[in-house]
Amino acid sequence: MQLVTPAIGLVFWMLVTFSILLFILKKFAWGPILGSIKDREDSINQSLSQAEQARNEMAKLQGENELLLAQARQERDAMLKEAREIKDRIVGDAKSAAEEEARKVMSRASDEINKQKSAAMDELKKEIASFSVQIAEKLLSESLSNNEAQQKLITHHLNELTQKASA
Amino acid sequence: MPENQRTNRGASFGKLSLTLFFALFYMTTLSASKELSSKTENVSHSEPVAENHSHKSTHAVNESITHAAGHTETESKFEPGKMILDHVSDAHDWHLWGEGDHSVSIPLPVILYTSSQGLSIFLSSNFQHGHSAHQGFVLSEEGVVKWEEESNEAAIYDFSITKNVLALLIGSIFLIVLVVKMARHYTNNQGKAPKGIYNLIEPLIVFVRDDLARPTIGKRADAFVPLLLSIFFFIFVLNLFGLIPVFPGGANVTGNISITLVLALVVFITVTLNGNKYYWKHIFMPDVPVWMYVIIIPIEILGVILKPFVLMLRLFANITAGHIIILGFFSLIFIFGNMNPNLGFAVSPLSVAFTVFMSLLELLVAFLQAFVFTLLSTIYIGMAVEEHHH
Repeated sequence: MQLVTPAIGLVFWMLVTFSILLFILKKFAWGPILGSIKDREDSINQSLSQAEQARNEMAKLQGENELLLAQARQERDAMLKEAREIKDRIVGDAKSAAEEEARKVMSRASDEINKQKSAAMDELKKEIASFSVQIAEKLLSESLSNNEAQQKLITHHLNELTQKASA
Repeated sequence: MPENQRTNRGASFGKLSLTLFFALFYMTTLSASKELSSKTENVSHSEPVAENHSHKSTHAVNESITHAAGHTETESKFEPGKMILDHVSDAHDWHLWGEGDHSVSIPLPVILYTSSQGLSIFLSSNFQHGHSAHQGFVLSEEGVVKWEEESNEAAIYDFSITKNVLALLIGSIFLIVLVVKMARHYTNNQGKAPKGIYNLIEPLIVFVRDDLARPTIGKRADAFVPLLLSIFFFIFVLNLFGLIPVFPGGANVTGNISITLVLALVVFITVTLNGNKYYWKHIFMPDVPVWMYVIIIPIEILGVILKPFVLMLRLFANITAGHIIILGFFSLIFIFGNMNPNLGFAVSPLSVAFTVFMSLLELLVAFLQAFVFTLLSTIYIGMAVEEHHH
């Protein structure tokens, strides 16, 4: 029965000890410990939220950067396109101008040729006329002597003439 | 919440009955074997055994083994029940080794108050293991201080620094030094991570705060956390000290009804002082027809008293049962040794193995009982301060 009967002495000492224990632990142990645990938790939470904030800011900055980059790229593309167009236009213009010039040169050349040709024809006509007259003169002067010789002469002169003309 | 509470209570109740069952089982086997061995000895020795030199007739086994070889004059008898009860009970000296009159122990101050003599203070060694009287007092066989003249009926108030009181002081000082050092470390290293042993203690503190107090008690929880922490660590530390077989451990402090009584009283006072109007209304004006008050109010009052009473009993029974089982396993060696010394040696490895197993289990129980006591205290406080919104 002694085992389950509370002893007054032990109860008394336990009351005293436990009261002092409670007081000391509450004042010098649990108070500071719980306080610093709470502080630490708060600071960790704060740090975490700050990190989160920083990360968000980074993401935002990155997004902005990307936007800027995309804009720059677009601008560059536009500029390149414009430059190409300008080049094409210039080349086209130059080509058409050159063609025009060439055409002009050609037409001038053909005009000149025609002119030269007609002039040569005129000259030839004059030559032929004078040749004809000379032949006629010679024919007339030789007709009297020999018919055969006459014939020979005419052929001879004609050959001469044609050779001249063809030359 | 009440569901959770009920399962908790059910589980611990089941555990309690299981441990009590085991304790009873061992006690009965031990006392049975004791009777058996005493019977066989009475039969084997025709001449009366000269054993009444001492009040305490428990002897060391090596003594009994050597004596069993030949001389029967001082034949000793091992009484496991008495040995176990001696070990789990409080004492006026701290037994170290040896048995009976040859035992070596630390004498402790005896402080007595009587109406006739006033305060008497002296060392327990003056009793000479219960052989001699001092200042008119004697030590009874159960270790209780009594008057030398048996006719004297005057009350003796025994405020001695007993084994349990000393163990209580040692445990408390250990706890105070540990956590006050921890507090100093924390204030000096504000905002830094804990180090060393504090890594072990801090999770327990945070566990009591975040998983016991806050969800159960609600917004007033933080005010009760220091009390709950003190209760938890007090029980836990003293449970662990109780598992150390030698000084400064080995005292069955948390398995002493006086200690658990005070702990339960602290919880009871806290609950009663902090009970809000809903708590008291629930007891004295429950929401039932008025004619049922005759039944309900006594039941409710009984419940108020029963809760701390159960706290007291559970801790006491669990820890004491653990000590008894371990001592029971050791007793097996000596019981068999009394029959035949070789048998005693044969049984000892088994006993040691079982004791190691039980000690490991007791390590778990040391934590578990501290946890359960704290959990139930938290629930009781939570019930007292709960705000109802009807």
